[in-house]
Amino acid sequence: MLLPALVLLLAFTHWPIVSTLVDSFFSTPKGARASVWVGLDNYAVMVADPVFWKAMRNNLWFAGVTIPLSISLALVMALWVNERMLGRAFLRMAYFTPTVLPMIAVANIWLFFYTPQYGLLEQISAALGLPSHNWLGSPSTALGAVTLVAVWKEAGFFMIFYLAALQSQNPSLREAAAIEGASRWTFFWRVQWPLLMPTTVFVLVNAFINGFRMVDHLFVLTRGGPDNASTLLLFYLYEVGFSFWDTAYAAAITVVLVSILVGMALLQFFVLDRKVHYQ
Amino acid sequence: MLPLLYAVWTAFHPAEFATRLELAAPLTLDNFRRAWLAAPFARYFFNTTLLVAMILAAQLLLATLAAYAFARYHFRGRNLAFALVLVQLMVMPDILLVENYKTMATVGLIDSLPAIGLPYFASAFAIFLLRQTFMSIPKELDDAARVEGASALQTLWRVYVPLAKPVYTAFALVSVSFHWNNFLWPLIVTNSVNARPLTVGLQIFSSVDQGIDWSIITAATLLSSAPLLIAFLLFQRQFVQSFMRAGIK
Repeated sequence: MLLPALVLLLAFTHWPIVSTLVDSFFSTPKGARASVWVGLDNYAVMVADPVFWKAMRNNLWFAGVTIPLSISLALVMALWVNERMLGRAFLRMAYFTPTVLPMIAVANIWLFFYTPQYGLLEQISAALGLPSHNWLGSPSTALGAVTLVAVWKEAGFFMIFYLAALQSQNPSLREAAAIEGASRWTFFWRVQWPLLMPTTVFVLVNAFINGFRMVDHLFVLTRGGPDNASTLLLFYLYEVGFSFWDTAYAAAITVVLVSILVGMALLQFFVLDRKVHYQ
Repeated sequence: MLPLLYAVWTAFHPAEFATRLELAAPLTLDNFRRAWLAAPFARYFFNTTLLVAMILAAQLLLATLAAYAFARYHFRGRNLAFALVLVQLMVMPDILLVENYKTMATVGLIDSLPAIGLPYFASAFAIFLLRQTFMSIPKELDDAARVEGASALQTLWRVYVPLAKPVYTAFALVSVSFHWNNFLWPLIVTNSVNARPLTVGLQIFSSVDQGIDWSIITAATLLSSAPLLIAFLLFQRQFVQSFMRAGIK
């Protein structure tokens, strides 16, 4: 029963991990020249590669901003739409839509926003009498612009999990808190938030994986530019592997990316999991 | 939400109003017609639908079997095997794209729908979810079915699968929206219209062929996201509820 699933997992997850590691110690085969053992050469190239470091720094910044911002935004939105209020269904729908739209489609729409001269942002800033700015074309704002799109996309997704968790909390908790005279803030901080901890861990793990996996919008918005200002690790990996066909170097980058993810998994497993109080 | 509204505005109005928001602008469906004709969207829709259905069917079948084995059988190396499954939660096939591309090239599947789907057939997330659910089902039900003379597969089908229905729904929703929207891996393994899904088609369409005709691009964007969006609006309530029941929280 287990066999089919395990065979596929071995073929498309474990075997590639191992052979990536092996490949990263060999050179890229070119024409008639077969690949030869080069030891740590690919890694030496990586250490000396300014674009790699740029992608790494960008990615850390991207993850560092996207993860906390999208999670806190998701929590606030979930708490908000969990209340009884007018237009709740509409609001929920508005928050959900970014989630179901393909990232590529979303990027198309945002591209429209960011376009110089006649994009929506431009029109607004022109109406306010502000100078024109090429959001995606200038190195100082390109990364911020693609990060904003990611936060917008992620927050709606995480909100679903928070909303589901909030709705499954016992309503009598709220009544009890009301009788005790607890303020809304105390109720959230002392009752709701601890109970949401398992959700937060789940969301955090997802946010982390996505922080290093989400690149779709780069293809439409900036293609990593200008001057690599918005390149992320996976996008750089794609370029090295499929635009430059340097598979050995790509393998070395993959090893780094996989190490980051596995390292994070272990950290989550051993550290975070112990601090969570399950219901 | 605002970006979407803006896209709707642009898609339903003639091109000259794309950047001018005037209430009096005439409505038109012409952008949709032109977008539909400008790229083989019918083919893309067909590919994506087939792809998503194929992946979901394979995932549900394989994960059900694997989860049952993990939940109810004690065998040597079970913990190790389960740990191996969990690796995929972190390292998804799209991170390993260079190696997976080589594998697909070796077996000669490049530029086909199975090439897009295969790496995702065994879903660690599905196995994990279903194992949790199956373990919470009382062992007595299993024993009772066995006493009645049901085989393992019959028990699985008659007892476990029906009881895990909300989990199946929740997973199906996540899986469908993920694979409908997936982009990077399909971009790499496909190179012709025959195998390209919507996302890849849309990207190629909006970057190369069209220059910047925003009305057409937004119309095409809406076209490709419409099925999921509509399905989502219809099933919104069930969506949240199935998440709650499935205990993904």
